[in-house]
Amino acid sequence: MASPGKKANGWTPKQPMVSIKDLHKSFGDLEVLKGVSLEVMKGECICIIGPSGSGKSTLIRCVNALNDIQKGSIKVEGLEVNDPNLDKLELRKKVGMVFQQYNLFPHKTAIENIMMAPITVLKQDKDEVAKHAKSLVRKVRLEGKEDSYPGELSGGQQQRVAIARALAMNPDVMLFDEVTAALDPETVKEVLVTIQELAEEGMTCILVTHEMGFAKEVADHIYFTDRGVIVEHGPPKTFFKKAKDPRTKEFLSQIL
Amino acid sequence: MDVLLPIARQQKAQAMTERLEGTFRLNLQPHHAIWMLLIFVFTVGAAQAQAPRELISPIDALVKWMPFILWGQEGTLNGFALNLMISFFAMLFGTIAGVTLGLMQISLLLPVRKGSWFVTQFFRNSPWLVLLFTIMLLFPFEIELGNMIIPVPDWMKAVIGFALPVMANISEVVRGAVRSLPTGQWESAESLAFSRRQTLWMIILPQCFKRMIPPWINWYCILAMATPLASIMGVEESVSYTAQAMNAEGDRPELLPVFYLFLLLIFFVYTYPIARWSIRLEKKFVVKT
Amino acid sequence: MELFGDFFKQLYDTSGWNFVIFYDQVEWDRFIAAIWTTIKLIIACLIFSVVVGFAGAWAQGAKSRIIRYGMAGYIQFFRNTPPFVQILFFYFVLGNLTPSYDAGGYQEAYIGSFGWAVISLGFFAGAFNTEIFRSGIEAVPESTVEAASSLGYTRLQSYIYVVFPLAFRVCLPALNNNLVNLLKTTTLAYGIAVPEMMYTANQIWSDNVNVPEMMIVLFLFYVGLVAILVWVMHRWEKSMKIPGYG
Repeated sequence: MASPGKKANGWTPKQPMVSIKDLHKSFGDLEVLKGVSLEVMKGECICIIGPSGSGKSTLIRCVNALNDIQKGSIKVEGLEVNDPNLDKLELRKKVGMVFQQYNLFPHKTAIENIMMAPITVLKQDKDEVAKHAKSLVRKVRLEGKEDSYPGELSGGQQQRVAIARALAMNPDVMLFDEVTAALDPETVKEVLVTIQELAEEGMTCILVTHEMGFAKEVADHIYFTDRGVIVEHGPPKTFFKKAKDPRTKEFLSQIL
Repeated sequence: MDVLLPIARQQKAQAMTERLEGTFRLNLQPHHAIWMLLIFVFTVGAAQAQAPRELISPIDALVKWMPFILWGQEGTLNGFALNLMISFFAMLFGTIAGVTLGLMQISLLLPVRKGSWFVTQFFRNSPWLVLLFTIMLLFPFEIELGNMIIPVPDWMKAVIGFALPVMANISEVVRGAVRSLPTGQWESAESLAFSRRQTLWMIILPQCFKRMIPPWINWYCILAMATPLASIMGVEESVSYTAQAMNAEGDRPELLPVFYLFLLLIFFVYTYPIARWSIRLEKKFVVKT
Repeated sequence: MELFGDFFKQLYDTSGWNFVIFYDQVEWDRFIAAIWTTIKLIIACLIFSVVVGFAGAWAQGAKSRIIRYGMAGYIQFFRNTPPFVQILFFYFVLGNLTPSYDAGGYQEAYIGSFGWAVISLGFFAGAFNTEIFRSGIEAVPESTVEAASSLGYTRLQSYIYVVFPLAFRVCLPALNNNLVNLLKTTTLAYGIAVPEMMYTANQIWSDNVNVPEMMIVLFLFYVGLVAILVWVMHRWEKSMKIPGYG
């Protein structure tokens, strides 16, 4: 998906697409992230797991500059997020985000939600955006729901609209922040299938999730965070079978 | 579904409640009182500083006329006291008529229901001043009862004029309160062989009663603040007397803000504790139900 | 039109019901002028109160504490005192302090009674609008704004495309309540001799001694206006409803 025009800042696809180094983040006196480092290569899908309150969500919100950081560095395709002169639009063109609570715009239909940002923010041609939006609707399997309002859709459907909305910006990286946590069990699967397809197509994905089975299946790499640090990480096969750290073991025994 | 916050829902619910009750809620907080006092003190100070020294100062003038504005001449109940009298009686009559009208609105008889609905809507949607004029001009100044002739003074006519909109709005409050109860209450009473009248008086109304108190008190405050309209009809209440007092002092411009602000302030001072009390009650009821 | 007038003249001759405004040209003109004045008054008050509401809502979110406290004082002052006394206060107190010009022999104030009625009623209803708009904006969740910024919207864009449209829909029911209330409150302009419907009706019945007839006209006029406004607002509310959110 990455277009050649986006290779700014001397970044090449051989380098990590997202690279986080020694990230520190605190809210007031509360330090949430205490030096986190990780790297994501182009086309990789990584999952971040861990107990609630361990800073997972904060971590990926920092990648999108929704939270500012105190110390450390986050680079997305060579673009330094912790730069006070950061062009946020440039960053957000590269990074798409999907939220736990979908956060669709309730006064706009599904298709309008998908088309709004490319038209108003990127000033793209309306007809082309419409064409692209249609193909995205097909991709997330919502044909026939284009003109429904978010309030008229199920949670799973809303979340798929939210994914399509993020994809409409043609991002190079997708962030998923516990996207199935607010859903009914029946609709979790349809959302996960959509994400899995994206990952298989080669989209670079960072997921925060509680769905261990899903993580095992799609992730190239799994990170376990607890109390603001990455405790352990590795490919799913070794991670789930040969966890070394007692904290990881305890977490996995509770959740599996 | 929960994206557009509970707050939005709450707001809509509040707007719908206010629409039903026919007025906004006076949501007074302690700091509002401080604000009112500050505005008053500041204005009085400014007026005092500007007043010519050879004439009576605005504060002295206000102190001199204060009893007159509050209750008129010695031994009479005019001025602000008359505003209160009008509000008491208008509330009393308005409530009695309003509850009756409200119960008629939930009658099983279609003509009663439709008729009372029409009366309610008519008086709810007419401006207060129009109603007041109607009663002032068309109501007889005395009523013959047998061989007794009862005079109807202007302030008593004003009472009736104010009671009408209060009646219509209380009627709607009653209807709304009854309708807000789940139908299960009616059904379970019916299955226990209560008659409709018994259900209404023993099961439904006691439950509605608490819900109706806060809007009822709120309506009283709104009514009290509407009573100055009676001055247009020459009723000798506080606004008329304020104008008279200023007139007696030669209508000096620096007196105007002081006297008018004093007038605004006494209405505020009167409604403030009542509105606070209503808020307290409402909170208490919400916790219990 | 002639027939119309003849009918009411006939009615007066036979039954004594004197709807003078419908057959006497002078009274008819007076009546029409009053309708226009009333409608102009209502529209001017509505617009001014909405402008005050916007400005107030913006000021309430200001960084300066003084401005915020000042707004709180303004809102509570107008909400909790009698609107009729407010009109008198504006007209007599502030009207006294504002400049006037020489209109050929006598002094004419720049702001007449109509202007003061609009200002006073506009501030009165504006105090409510301020709170309504403010809470409408607060009802839009921060997470929705975040979603907009994650899609590359600037702060201003997210307000224009997301926050305001949503907040407006949330506000509408409360705003409508307030505007209907304001319509009824405009009759208070009678107190400072604005020649609107209430005032004119009073003049007409004083001249023609036809109080009951003019009362009927007054009621029909105001209840009709309220009904029209309520109907229009209802339609509007329905069309602006966000589907799926009750």
